[in-house]
Amino acid sequence: MNIIIILISISFTMAVIFLSIFVWSMKSGQYDDTYGPSVRMLFEDKKGDKKL
Amino acid sequence: MPIEISAAVDQHQACYHCGQPCEQEILKSNDKSFCCYGCKTVYEILAENNLCEYYNYQQNPGANQRFVSEESYAYLNEPAMQTRLLLFNSPEYASVSFFVPNVHCISCIWLLENLQRLHKGIIKSEVNFAQKTVRIDFNPAQISLGAVARQLAAVGYAPQINLEGKKATAGNTKSLVLKLSVAGFCFGNTMLFSFPEYLGLSESEDTLRTVFSYLNILLAIPVTFYSAQDYFVNAWKTFRQKQINIDVPIAVGLAALFLRSLYDILSTTGPGYLDSLTGLVFFLLVGRWFQSKTYESLAFDRDYKSYFPLAVNRWSAGQWQPTVVYELAPGDRIQIRNMEIIPADAILLSQEAFIDYSFVTGEAKPVRTEAGHLLYAGGRLVGKPVELAVEKATSQSYLTSLWNHQAFTKPEESRYKKIIDRAAQRFTWIVMGIAIITGVYWQLVAPEKMWLVVTAVLMVACPCALALAAPFTYGNMLRVFGRLGLYLKNADVIERLASINAVVFDKTGTVTQGASDVQFVGQLSDQERTAVKSLAAASSHPLSNLIFQSMRNTAVVNVNDFHELPGKGLEGNVNETRIRLGSSYFIQGVGTDGHEGTRVWVEIAGKTKGYFQVSTKFRTGIAGLIQQLGDRCRALLSGDQASERERMKAVFPDAVEMRFAQSPHDKMDYISRQQFRGDKVLMLGDGLNDSGALKQADVGLAVTDDTGVFTPACDGILEGRQLQHLHAFLDLSRSATTILKIAFGISFFYNIIALSFAVSGHLTPLVAAILMPISSVSVVGFSTLAVNAVSTNIRKKISL
Repeated sequence: MNIIIILISISFTMAVIFLSIFVWSMKSGQYDDTYGPSVRMLFEDKKGDKKL
Repeated sequence: MPIEISAAVDQHQACYHCGQPCEQEILKSNDKSFCCYGCKTVYEILAENNLCEYYNYQQNPGANQRFVSEESYAYLNEPAMQTRLLLFNSPEYASVSFFVPNVHCISCIWLLENLQRLHKGIIKSEVNFAQKTVRIDFNPAQISLGAVARQLAAVGYAPQINLEGKKATAGNTKSLVLKLSVAGFCFGNTMLFSFPEYLGLSESEDTLRTVFSYLNILLAIPVTFYSAQDYFVNAWKTFRQKQINIDVPIAVGLAALFLRSLYDILSTTGPGYLDSLTGLVFFLLVGRWFQSKTYESLAFDRDYKSYFPLAVNRWSAGQWQPTVVYELAPGDRIQIRNMEIIPADAILLSQEAFIDYSFVTGEAKPVRTEAGHLLYAGGRLVGKPVELAVEKATSQSYLTSLWNHQAFTKPEESRYKKIIDRAAQRFTWIVMGIAIITGVYWQLVAPEKMWLVVTAVLMVACPCALALAAPFTYGNMLRVFGRLGLYLKNADVIERLASINAVVFDKTGTVTQGASDVQFVGQLSDQERTAVKSLAAASSHPLSNLIFQSMRNTAVVNVNDFHELPGKGLEGNVNETRIRLGSSYFIQGVGTDGHEGTRVWVEIAGKTKGYFQVSTKFRTGIAGLIQQLGDRCRALLSGDQASERERMKAVFPDAVEMRFAQSPHDKMDYISRQQFRGDKVLMLGDGLNDSGALKQADVGLAVTDDTGVFTPACDGILEGRQLQHLHAFLDLSRSATTILKIAFGISFFYNIIALSFAVSGHLTPLVAAILMPISSVSVVGFSTLAVNAVSTNIRKKISL
C-alpha cells in the first residue's frame, strides 16, 4: 500500500511543477500576444538586406 | 483592419502603398502608382532605407495617407512628458511603448520591428499585435523621443499618445486565468482522489482513504480561498447593500460545501463533497473567463481629454514652444495648424479661419470666423495655420461643461437590474424558504440529521448552471456580434439591446457618410470644366475643395487676376475668360436661393452655366433599415441646419421626429425625455457632439468607418457598413435573451431534482458529483448550440 502513496506524492509533485510552470509563463506575458510570434518566425533573416 | 480591394479596381490604378484606387491624381515613383503624396512619401522613405520588403508580406499593406494631418511630436521632448511616457530612462538607453492604431497585418509587424534600419538610434522594437502597441528601445543620446514618434509617423504608423493610464482590464483577465488554472488543477486532482471512494474501498484500505481525504482538503483550500474569493467578496458587498445578486446564493452554496465537507472528513462520517466544490468553482470561472473577452484595442471609455491635442505651440520667450494643453492659461498666444483641434476657448488673432465644429455641434459645414471672434474648444481648423489668444483654460471650456452633466457621473451599473440578478433574487428567497421548512420538518422528525439536510439543501441550491447560462449565452453572442462588425463593450449591453423600443439617429456621419456628393446641374464643356477646376484649386474654401475633388481626370491650368470675396465667392481669369463661382447672390445678384452652403453657382464669361449641388451621401441600406425598424425608429437629431430636411424626408417616414440645429445638450435632453416616457432608447451617433446622448441612452452605439480612430464614449462600436443590419442585431439580442431564459429553465429543472434528493436526506457525495457537472454541461451546451443556430440563421438572412 505504501507504494501507492509514494507514487501519488510523485505524481502530485510533478503536477504542481507543471502548474507553477504555467503560472510563470502566464505572468511573464507569453500569452499576451498570440499572433505576433507566429508570423515573426517567417520573416527573412536580417543579413540578406542587400538583395532588394 | 485589412484593406479590402475590390476585384473591379484596376491594379494599375490602385495605390501601391494603400491599395485604394487613385481617383484624384496618380503619382509615379519607380513605376509604381500612388494615390497621394502621403503614400508616395512613405514609399520613398522605405525605398531609401532598403525596407521595401514591407510590400512583400502583404499586398498594399499601408494605411491611406491622404487625410493624415502632420503632427509635430516636439512636445514629447519636454521632461514632464518623458517621465510619464518612458518605461525606462537612462542617458544611453530608454524605452517607450506607443499605441499604434494602424497595426493590422504581417507587414506592419515586419516594418515596425525593423525600425533600427531607419535610424541607428533605435536599438530594438517589438510589436504586440493584440494590443496594437510597439515597444521601442532607443538611445536618447542619438535620437529623441519626439524624433522616434516622428519616424513612426513618417512611415505611416503615427502613434496615438494618451497620457491617461492604461485600463486595468488586461490585468483582470490575467488574474482570472490564474485563478482558473489553480481551480482546474485542484479540480482534476480532487476527482482522481475521490474516485476510489466511489468505486468502493475495503476496510483494509482505511489509511488510503484518510490520505485521500486530507489531500482533498489540501486542494480545496486554495480553490475556496483564492480561486473563489471574488464570489465571497461580491456576495458580502451586495449583502451589505441589502441586495441580493447571483453571487449571494453561490457564496452560500460554496461555504456550505466547504464547511460540510470539512466536518464530514474530520469527523470521519463521510468523504465530503470537495470534488463537487472544486468542480463548481472551476466551471464558474470558465464561464467568467469566457465572458471576459473584450476588444482590447478599441476604446469605449474616452472622455473629453482624449479629443484634445496633447500639446500646442505657445509663444513664449520670443519663440514657439510646444506646451502641454493643460498648462495653457488665459492670455497665452497659441498656434493651431490645419486639421488640429482647438484645445481651449480662444480669440482668433489671424485674419480669418475656417473651423469645423462637427465634433461639438454636429454641423459638418466649416464655419468662417474673422479676427477678434471667439473660437470654441473642440473645433477643428481647416486650412491655413492661425494664431489664437487663449480665453479660458481647457478644463473650463464650453466643451468640457458637457462632461459635468450627471449622465457622466452616474455609475453605469446601478441604472439597470440584470435579468440574472432578478432571477437570483427570487431563487434565493425560494431556497431559503425550502431550507427553513426542511429544517423545521427534520428537527421534528430526526433532530440529529437536521443540520446535515439543511446544509445539503444549501449545497445543491448553489445556482452554478444558472450562473453559467448568462456568460455562455452572452459570451457567444458577443463573438457573433464581433464577427458581424458590432463590437460591444461587455455582455451586459446585449441584454439592454434586447429591451430597446426606440431608436434615435444622429444625422451627419451616422445616417449620412462623411464624404460629400457633388453634382453639377447644367452643361459644361471640357474646356470650361478645366477652367472651373483651376479656379476652385486656387481657393482654400472647403466648398472649393469639394468641387475640386469631384472633378476627376480634369487638368488644372493657371489662373490670373484671382480674387476671393469672403462669404460670397471667387473670380479669376482662365485663358482670358472671366470665371466666377459663388452663391446665387454673388452670381445672379438677386436675393438668396435658400441653398446657401449646398449650391455653388457657376458663371463663365458673364453667362450663368448652372450650379454644383453639394449634398451628403446616405449610407447604403439606410432606407431598408428604417423600413425594417418601423415604429421603433423614433427620431433624427442633427446639429446641422434644416437645409437637408427634404432629403431626409425621402428616407424617414413622417412619424419620425426630425430635429435640426440640436446642441449636444439638446440631444441628451431629448433622450432623457423619451426615457421619462418609459422608452428604452438606442442612440446611434458618431461624434463628440453625440457623446452626451450616447451616454444618456440605454444603449449608445458609435458608428464609425474605421474602428481604429476617434469614437466617443459608448457601449459599443458599429462598423458603418453594418449599420444597415441594425434590425438584425436587435433581433439577435432578443433571441439571446430568450435563449438565456430557456437555459434558466433547464438549470432550475436540475436544481429541483437535486433539491428533492437533499430534502429527503438522500444526497450522497456521488449524487452531487454527478448532478452538478451534468447540469452545467447541458446548460453550456444548450446555450452555445442555440446561439450558433440563431446566428447562422441571421447571417444567411443578412447575406441575401
